[in-house]
Amino acid sequence: MLDADFFRRWMTAAAASVDREAERLTALDSPIGDADHGSNLQRGFKAVAADLEKEAPDTPGAVLVLAGRRLISTVGGASGPLYGTLLRRTGKALGDAAEVDRGQLAEALRTGVNAVRTLGGAAPGDKTMLDALVPAADALGDSFAAARAAAEEGAVATTPLQARKGRASYLGERSIGHQDPGATSAALLVAALAEVAGE
Amino acid sequence: MSDGKLVGIVLVSHSAEVAASVAELAKGLAGAGTAVPVAAAGGTEGGGLGTSAELIAAAAASVDRGAGVAVLTDLGSAVLTVKALLAEGDELPAGTRLVDAPFVEGAVAAVVTASTGADLATVEAAATEAYSYRKV
Repeated sequence: MLDADFFRRWMTAAAASVDREAERLTALDSPIGDADHGSNLQRGFKAVAADLEKEAPDTPGAVLVLAGRRLISTVGGASGPLYGTLLRRTGKALGDAAEVDRGQLAEALRTGVNAVRTLGGAAPGDKTMLDALVPAADALGDSFAAARAAAEEGAVATTPLQARKGRASYLGERSIGHQDPGATSAALLVAALAEVAGE
Repeated sequence: MSDGKLVGIVLVSHSAEVAASVAELAKGLAGAGTAVPVAAAGGTEGGGLGTSAELIAAAAASVDRGAGVAVLTDLGSAVLTVKALLAEGDELPAGTRLVDAPFVEGAVAAVVTASTGADLATVEAAATEAYSYRKV
């Protein structure tokens, strides 16, 4: 079973991973975006980790809702409301259970991913974070390791796609050939989850 | 009409200068001394290009007179941040609405309409209507 401490460790691991990979995320965001994805997420997750050190929400849902609110208020780019909505809606779907199992998390994550689809109006194949998140949420039903592999595969598979949402979509065919920064950071988030689960 | 209370207008842009200038333009075109509360929420708190949820929430609170608040945005994270704040439920004043409108023309239409004492739905309709203004 996964308790509030597990979810705190997930967010802390995600913050550490984003911190390590910030330069790479920003480099990916340079040819097709506005070169701020790494620094924006770094600021957001740093604030999340600091919040979770001060406050100790006592349910998995409360941890994710707090993290989501913090991302919305600190990131300053589109990834803030998108990841914020993902975590907040996933957290709300978990309710106030003190512990949840992997199947319940997979179900809640699908709710969160659907909220991201609604907010941004994107679909899989549009070269966005959804290309990593949708397969990851589906694979989480099998195992944490399967979710990580699905997210990484999904992120890599964005390279030949043409962007259909956000700033990169204005570049048309010139967006082809670059891995999507949002799908890449989404894969980091899922990898951090597998890491704390020991898979 | 809404009991003499005026609808508030919030202008959200990635750029602090754009948001402030459009606010000034819209108030100027509404006529000197217009009482419509208009607030700009541009850029990040650090003064860079981007969107600040904190600046948006503060701007919305500052123009809320009880008749509702119309929020106009430029693009991308400005739109998504306002939508995420509205979904949150308690971050923005009751009766706050994201208005689907072109930023400059919509802002002028919204402020001028609000200055007549129109209600939120009328202000929103006027701002959205600005999409149909063709230049050629």
